[in-house]
Amino acid sequence: MRTDTGFLRNLGMRRSSSDEWRRERLDRGLKVRTEGLYAVSSWREMLYLVGPRAALIVGLLLLPLVAPNLYWQRVLCVAGAYALLAITFDFLANYVGLVCVGGAFMTGVGGYVSGIFTFYLGFPWPVSMLLGTVLGAALVTLLWLPSLPLRGIYFAILTFMFPFLARGIILALDAFGGTLGLGPVAGPDNIWLENYMVIIVMLVAVFGLRRLVGEDTGIMFLGVKDNDVAVQASGISITRVKAKGLFIGALGGCFAGAYIVHLYNFMGTSLFATDFSILPIAATVMGGSGTLAGPMLGALILTPLSELLRGFGQLRVVLYALVLIGFIMFKPEGILNWLTRKYHQFEQWKKV
Amino acid sequence: MDVLIYGVINSVVYMLMALGFTLVYGVSRLPNFAHGALYVLTGFLTWTFVNNLNLNYFLSIIITLVIVSLLGAGLYAFVLKRVRGMPVSEIIVSFAIALIILEGLRLQDIGPFKGFIGSSYALPAFIEGTVSIAGVTVDYQRLIIIAVGAVLVVGMWVFTRHQKVGLAFRGMAQDERAAMMLGIDSDRMAVVALAVGSALAGVAAITVYPLGQITAESGYHVLNAALAVCIVGGLGSWMGAILASFIFGFATTAAAFFGAPRYQDVILFALIVLVLIVRPSGLFGRQKELEERV
Repeated sequence: MRTDTGFLRNLGMRRSSSDEWRRERLDRGLKVRTEGLYAVSSWREMLYLVGPRAALIVGLLLLPLVAPNLYWQRVLCVAGAYALLAITFDFLANYVGLVCVGGAFMTGVGGYVSGIFTFYLGFPWPVSMLLGTVLGAALVTLLWLPSLPLRGIYFAILTFMFPFLARGIILALDAFGGTLGLGPVAGPDNIWLENYMVIIVMLVAVFGLRRLVGEDTGIMFLGVKDNDVAVQASGISITRVKAKGLFIGALGGCFAGAYIVHLYNFMGTSLFATDFSILPIAATVMGGSGTLAGPMLGALILTPLSELLRGFGQLRVVLYALVLIGFIMFKPEGILNWLTRKYHQFEQWKKV
Repeated sequence: MDVLIYGVINSVVYMLMALGFTLVYGVSRLPNFAHGALYVLTGFLTWTFVNNLNLNYFLSIIITLVIVSLLGAGLYAFVLKRVRGMPVSEIIVSFAIALIILEGLRLQDIGPFKGFIGSSYALPAFIEGTVSIAGVTVDYQRLIIIAVGAVLVVGMWVFTRHQKVGLAFRGMAQDERAAMMLGIDSDRMAVVALAVGSALAGVAAITVYPLGQITAESGYHVLNAALAVCIVGGLGSWMGAILASFIFGFATTAAAFFGAPRYQDVILFALIVLVLIVRPSGLFGRQKELEERV
């Protein structure tokens, strides 16, 4: 397209001339941006659509190779778990309408369930991680079922309380190791396996959920989010749809929990830590709400940042909080939404 | 008798913790997740004034309350106002502020700033000593808690029924749009509500903290207690909050006396789930059922 070169040429001329210049911004046609038939009409269009996605996949797969040492590979594992939680939060909040401020509850339940299978029953770790993910998600859905008829703020408040209460209950009953926790939980103990496992699950989650939200089920979720009364009027049970959405979302959160338990070979009440609730939210707001991939990128940026601040104790939590406030107040759309917009735009200087 | 007296005391403690939160939510529909943080901040500020600046105890209480209510007003004017009407952002932003305050208080020493970690912090009681009521020994501080709770409830009742600002609060709580049509400035009322709500959190902190230690963790506990009381009582409902705090107070006290005190969280949890199953809108939350719940 001519506009590309025009933009570069005009950049140089912009200051040299005394004429009035203004910046012109053009959006690519909607037809080009959609993934319809039109897109496969030329290599150029195909590359335009596939490029960012391929870059994301290749970039993620290269990350463990780029990591300088074992320490940063471990950080990558943790970042992956946070990214999964962030994807879960984004999916639940922006596609199902369930604002879940207690992601730590999912990590806790998933972690404890899978840990119990490995530690007490001696299951091999892949089986218990799978069981922890599925049964944990089912358990989360079951426990949150009474709060599902609630809307917006009410649901958020309840989910906020759950990790604290669950932690209190485990401490009170002295169950599963109580304050001290349980260990060692036999895990994969191979850093490359751990790295690639979480990266692949992350990619499956992002692309799978993006696919899902376009299907009938996903449209129903969106309907519940946007206008639940209309959905109810169509004879569809809202609570059931929400429960389904919650289960799908909780799969991601519970996998993160199960993964963390087998990564650290330890399970304890630290699985209910506030970090697991707040960093994913910060990552979502920073990365771009409603994009699913954005929250993942946000988590991959925020976790190493907070890792650098580990020496300062609680400073990292203050950092997430500041990132949150800053983005919500001054850049509510987030990084990825902004990037997407820019990707679809041309800018050039024009003489008036 | 033990259960009765201490049950009343614990109920009033719950009520004090929840009062500010209900007020803010009732008036401006803002879930102020920074409530617990303001509570803790009051404790630490008062402690600092008393111990580091050697101020008079009551003087420092007054200074702290003024600071905290200004902080609450600033919270609305500079932060919450910009995201008002977006419930998700409201929760996230106020919770982020809570985190900044609570975790900021727990920071390690950076230069001249000293974090509140390591040693223990406690506020002195207003009046030392104990008194015996019907064979039960109760210290004066717990009696003061009851008195303060009673004064606040009566004061709030008078305030919301016979004061212009209080009447405006009730108008906002009942129908914001109609209140605005009658010339009540929604933003100004929200600022006032947050200031009063924060001051209430501060009053609760100052009356309750002499019973134990000031820790940053208690901020989460207070927030959870306030949320639990409001959920069970019905958000924004005064009567509901008072009733729910009495239910919680007696339930936890009975647990502490007959079972073991560590089961308190379990009971709290069971109660919330039970109430939600039986009455999803809370005990007194029927009025706005259609608007806020499905």
